[in-house]
Amino acid sequence: MNMMSNNETGFADLLKNGQTLKQFRDGIIERTKASGHYNGLEKLELRDADPIGYEKLFSKLRGGLVHARETAKKIAASPIVEQEGELCFTLYNAVGDCVLTSTGIIIHVGTMGAAIKYMIENNWEANPGINPGDMFTNNDCSIGNVHPCDIATIVPIFWEGRLIGWVGGVTHVIDTGAVTPGSMSTGQVQRFGDGYMITCRKTGVNDTPLRDWLHESQRSVRTPKYWILDEKTRIAGCHMIRELVEEVIRADGIEAYEKFAYEVIEEGRRGLMSRIKAMTLPGKYRKVSFVDVPYKHDDVQVSSAFAKLDSIMHSPCEMTIKPDGKWRLDFEGASRWGWHTFNAHQVAFTSGIWVMMCQTLVPTQRINDGAYFATEFHLPKGTWCNPDDRRTGHAYAWHFLVSGWAALWRGLSQSYFSRGYLEEVNAGNANTSNWLQGGGINQDGEIHAVNSFEASSCGTGACAVKDGLNHAAAIWNPEGDMGDIEIWEMAEPLLYMGRNVKANSGGYGKYRGGCGFETLRMVWNAQDWTMFFMGNGFMNSDWGMMGGYPAATGYRFEAHKTGLERRIANGESLPLGGDLDPTAPTYEHNIDATARIKRDKQCMTTEDCYDNHDLYLNYLRGGPGFGDPIDREPKAIEKDLNEKFLLPEYAQKVYGAVFTQNAKGAYVVDVAKTQARRAEMRKERLARAVPVREWMKEERERIINKHASQAVQHMFATSFALSEKFTKHFKDFWSLPADWQLLETELGVPSYGSKHRMDLSLMPDVTTVVQVEE
Amino acid sequence: MSTYTNEQVAHLAEGTLDWETTFRMLSMPKDNSRFKQYVEALQKKVTFKDKIVLPLAPHMYIVQSAKNKQWVIKCDCGHEFCDYTDNWKMHAHIYVRDTEEAMTEVYPKLMAPDTKWQVYREYYCPTCGTLHDVEAPTPWYPVIHDFEPDIEAFYKEWVGLPVPERAS
Repeated sequence: MNMMSNNETGFADLLKNGQTLKQFRDGIIERTKASGHYNGLEKLELRDADPIGYEKLFSKLRGGLVHARETAKKIAASPIVEQEGELCFTLYNAVGDCVLTSTGIIIHVGTMGAAIKYMIENNWEANPGINPGDMFTNNDCSIGNVHPCDIATIVPIFWEGRLIGWVGGVTHVIDTGAVTPGSMSTGQVQRFGDGYMITCRKTGVNDTPLRDWLHESQRSVRTPKYWILDEKTRIAGCHMIRELVEEVIRADGIEAYEKFAYEVIEEGRRGLMSRIKAMTLPGKYRKVSFVDVPYKHDDVQVSSAFAKLDSIMHSPCEMTIKPDGKWRLDFEGASRWGWHTFNAHQVAFTSGIWVMMCQTLVPTQRINDGAYFATEFHLPKGTWCNPDDRRTGHAYAWHFLVSGWAALWRGLSQSYFSRGYLEEVNAGNANTSNWLQGGGINQDGEIHAVNSFEASSCGTGACAVKDGLNHAAAIWNPEGDMGDIEIWEMAEPLLYMGRNVKANSGGYGKYRGGCGFETLRMVWNAQDWTMFFMGNGFMNSDWGMMGGYPAATGYRFEAHKTGLERRIANGESLPLGGDLDPTAPTYEHNIDATARIKRDKQCMTTEDCYDNHDLYLNYLRGGPGFGDPIDREPKAIEKDLNEKFLLPEYAQKVYGAVFTQNAKGAYVVDVAKTQARRAEMRKERLARAVPVREWMKEERERIINKHASQAVQHMFATSFALSEKFTKHFKDFWSLPADWQLLETELGVPSYGSKHRMDLSLMPDVTTVVQVEE
Repeated sequence: MSTYTNEQVAHLAEGTLDWETTFRMLSMPKDNSRFKQYVEALQKKVTFKDKIVLPLAPHMYIVQSAKNKQWVIKCDCGHEFCDYTDNWKMHAHIYVRDTEEAMTEVYPKLMAPDTKWQVYREYYCPTCGTLHDVEAPTPWYPVIHDFEPDIEAFYKEWVGLPVPERAS
């Protein structure tokens, strides 16, 4: 007779306590809400009874996670993983709350947890079942992944037949089989072109990947060689960590391990609150960021006519630090999601933010979901950071996230400054771009895709006591590295014609932002090759602080039909080094006069054709500045001039420096004359300025007359449509007539998505996991 | 927890602290006495007699007016902007870089924003011309009220200092 077991009837009793995973998770949520402590843990019994044993457990597990990451990454061949360290491993408790995470891209502290929670809420335990030796793969951006190229392998951990936790490993793969090559491409405007999408799929049993999965997945991407080794990296790391947990339980007992797996989250919650109280200052902080989305240009060739418009991402943030050490991050007024690949799921926000915070507010090993429980997030539904439509593209969600978080640096840094912790001040992070991406047939004759991770080393923001670091960091990877030229030349059919610090790219200030850098690449030995640009150009996403200027914006340079093959053969002059001063460019003098050149601010493009010996400038941005530039030490200006970090014209105009060049060509700044010039500059400033309220009258007229570019009006229109509060604030501030309004329909651009949308939660048999106030 | 001398904190405020100590400040748990030492160091630098309640920027403070105990926002040149709850920017002078010509005064060609998308608003002290802030918003954007500190909670509950008297 065919008898159904618990498995078939939908109750696997994985926890051996008579509860489903969902019932168990609901209990934790209820206890947390009722008590204010994670899982109702008002006392940390294990930690208090045996603090040394607790710390030993912590160290063993955390050390094991880091060790697994360092060991497993050697399996990978992709320079993104092996050179840049774009991977991380995270240990979760049975309900998918993060216990501990490794170093690396710890944005994933919560993304894999969101996938586990999705499996729990949608009864994966009944179908497809959760068993020892299983593997699940996820990269679905509509349930919490950041972008499709972050592929997660998730392995359940059992002890004596009982589910006690999960381990997840994530790597950033080089290609996802999206409409265009590269892992974060621009050619698609919806999920349906965003690449191979996997929703918590069971991809392995008995510790072995399933053959149908291997065959299907490997042919779904352009770079199977890297894909295969990336998956082996993830599986190896997950299995190392599963063994580590087993070893810990054998040594310390299951009771201690399980107590630890919940107490450490409550400890993390308390830890963030005490960190906030130790470093910041209670109050309200309001900051804002923007990103240009210039899709109207001919070089943005997308398949959907409704995506062809210029728009702007708007990310206002009100950060409230409360006297008890909790904080609230409120993005009321944010603009709507759009037809591009920069949308972000709410978990990309709530999880990802900790990769930034571990570089400032919580620079400790103790990053887990406790920090999430100490934070209130308000991400309005329908905005770019919490889309309400299942069609949204996410391939480069980071473009908006990086920019939105630049505002948080400024808020936190205001608190550090006012409290006297000047050493912690950071004016913000660079817009981590350009992203050089593309593909075709590489130098080995294989189908290939590239995504240069040189963006891992942009300039950092200025501090209140020192300049930002040059070409040093990326907000999304605390261990960022620009990578070796030799490795990139092996991974990409692009030779280096130069790699130089980018002059004037760091924002000016008493302390300047760190400079970015630029690399000039020549296509070599490729066939049917394409590339595209992705970055900011028409706008900055960072601002300076307290008188400092934002970093420079991006621009693009590409050249075709350069004649370089002949020029190299004949020993003629070549374009080498940096594009030192784009006001007086020199590359053009060292390629054929008939070359086809694009030199403009359109830093967002789609796949364009490149022949061998064509050129591409990869300019990585600088960081914002701090303090009034005319307070900058003359010696620091002199040093920047002599190191070609600053063009002489701007040393005069911005810093008021008066200098000469000595016989050896070195710049020498005259301190007394500089001081006198700066006194004049103060007068010049006041001569050209007007009282703010006078200027406001003119600006108000421009608003009444709707005098602004389409992109600006579109941004405001989408924010107004989503937020009555923001609309009221805007109209109150400018004293606008009660009947003044701005609607998308009056702008004469496509407004698909403005009225008709369908959320994932409306799909049959789908329960979405909501982790923010919407 | 590390502690630092008044001299070290004064050097920090001046930007002249040695790197070894700065690094220690970065890497060690924070010293809760810093705020008191910092305000004392700044108080010695300023030429006015008003008591500094909270530093806001390198040249701007919330002070307790020596005249009437009101809390006001003040430039270190002595210029008083407004009540501490108000947005000081509304009382500043402004220069808006909203043309390509004005932008290329400060950045090389192609390296500044397109002013149809974004402008720079430079806020100066009306008396001394210090550049206190540069906003980089779109045209039309309201002037942002950046910071509303909860000074009473900070003094009483976080750093354990008496709240300076405030006339309403």
